[in-house]
Amino acid sequence: MAVLQPTAPGGRATSSEERNYLLRQRLKSVSTHAFLIVFGITFMLPFVWMVSSSVKPNVDIFELPVRLIPKSIRLENYTEATEAIPFWQYLWNSTYYTIFATIGAVLSNTFIAYGFARVRWRGRNVLFIIVIATMMLPFQVRMIPLYILFAKIGWLNSFLPLIVPNFFGNAFYIFLMRQFMMTLPKELDDAARIDGASEWGIFWRIAVPLSKPAILTVAIFEIIHTWHDFIGPLVYLRHPTKYTLSIGLRLYFTQYGAEWGLLMAAAAMFTIPMVIFFFFAQRSFIEGITLTGLKG
Amino acid sequence: MFKLKRDPASQPNSWRTDNLPAWGLFFVTPWIIGFVAFTVYPFFASLYFSFTNFNIINFTPRWVGLDNYIELFTADPLFWISIGNSIKYAALLLLFATVFDIFIAYLLSLNVKFLSIYRTIFFFPVLVPVVAASLTWIWILNPRFGLINGLLDLVGIKGPNWLASPDTAMLSIILIAVWGSGRQVIVYLSGFNDIPRSLYEAADIDGASGTQKFRRITLPLLSPQIFFNVVTLIIFSLQSFSEVFIMTQGGPANSTLLYAVNLYNRAFRDFAMGYASALAWIMFLLILALTLIIFKFLAGRVIYER
Repeated sequence: MAVLQPTAPGGRATSSEERNYLLRQRLKSVSTHAFLIVFGITFMLPFVWMVSSSVKPNVDIFELPVRLIPKSIRLENYTEATEAIPFWQYLWNSTYYTIFATIGAVLSNTFIAYGFARVRWRGRNVLFIIVIATMMLPFQVRMIPLYILFAKIGWLNSFLPLIVPNFFGNAFYIFLMRQFMMTLPKELDDAARIDGASEWGIFWRIAVPLSKPAILTVAIFEIIHTWHDFIGPLVYLRHPTKYTLSIGLRLYFTQYGAEWGLLMAAAAMFTIPMVIFFFFAQRSFIEGITLTGLKG
Repeated sequence: MFKLKRDPASQPNSWRTDNLPAWGLFFVTPWIIGFVAFTVYPFFASLYFSFTNFNIINFTPRWVGLDNYIELFTADPLFWISIGNSIKYAALLLLFATVFDIFIAYLLSLNVKFLSIYRTIFFFPVLVPVVAASLTWIWILNPRFGLINGLLDLVGIKGPNWLASPDTAMLSIILIAVWGSGRQVIVYLSGFNDIPRSLYEAADIDGASGTQKFRRITLPLLSPQIFFNVVTLIIFSLQSFSEVFIMTQGGPANSTLLYAVNLYNRAFRDFAMGYASALAWIMFLLILALTLIIFKFLAGRVIYER
């Protein structure tokens, strides 16, 4: 890293020193781009390989030397992949889970964070420390008792164990939204109160509209989280009609591990919704991650 | 994230303080209900189960005292193997991901052209669902026809067996995790962008070297981001499960058997719920201890004021 730093131009800049400095700057810029391009290509290669394999006919899949650009293109892999597994069923299950889990996360965490950020009451800070402390409790500690609890009340093989807890808040999202809501000017609340607004009115008419960026961030994080979720469906959904894409795709792999053309086509179809989603929400995405990091 | 915001408008005597304490509780009630049902109950139930012999068939825990813990420490080689693997995984991932992500974020902070394209590229792996990414990596690392060994083959090198060999499997899953650590790059990048340029200019005038500037300016001012990323990375990597469960299932020869994979196998393959609960508690205590140690040694060095 140190080599890339420009050295000081020095106090008495002669013209040759100046030229030297410019040359170094040039060199630095070139090497920066060289590093970024090399690493960037490396980072994209898995995705390129996924797409490339997804359109290769089976005979070209197991071929040496490897080809990154397919010799011939076979789009039927995609239609066949949707027939090899109940793809549309899995897609619907993943979508259903994502929609309701996200609704739950957005509603509950906005509501709860308001109580921690904008209303003062005795015991608030103690409770908030407990909220933060729960982040250290690994999922594995809760996994077994919750599995047994949900089994006893007959919720296994349904989406209820995955969705219902989302309606009761999540420490990380509460923290994120609280930090955001605390930056909203208090005067707005006071002005509204003088005008006779109730606490509920202040929450609904002032805090919620002004917290839109944070609400959007929570929604984005939750959409990614549920769409990707593997361990939750793995534990609770044991019936094939309930499988999400995560579970269904892995199952297909364990049964037909060599069908790489179809597997990569299915993997690509599983990934594409996230890519489209990212391009629409890119700014909020990046801002959201920056928001979770720690401004004082 | 660990230093909480003060609420500037809330002096102790503010008229709002005791005005309507019920409203605060009203808003927080859903969390309290969820906390009791989905955290407090499982927390204590899990502790209780860990002292019982409990399988899923009959749902009746039988008290066995410390037996599970004794077995785990004295008679279960997989416990020690998995704990060793997890520590190795977490430590190497922490090292590689931190160095690599800081380096990439640093390059991105240099006012490069096409910043948003580069940023998207390094963030991209985060978007690929874990199952899709894991399957793709299995195929890329295929010893014969995979992309990497295929490319090595072109230049006449016979590549290793990657995930299929106990010597390289662990390294493979660590590098795959580094590939997926784009969130950290974004956090570090925001940290770099917050460092005032004037500090570097002042250091230039004083004739500071690159290394000096890095150690005296960059590192201290990046410390909140480093602290945040280190803590979250340790907590998450010790719980890491899905990628390994899909790609290697802990093999070959238990070389990638991470703690969480072993725990899952005990609970949902062998249905030894009591024993798995004991494993979960050891994991919890380990994470708690590590977090406290990090806070004790690192938190004081983090510089928040700019």
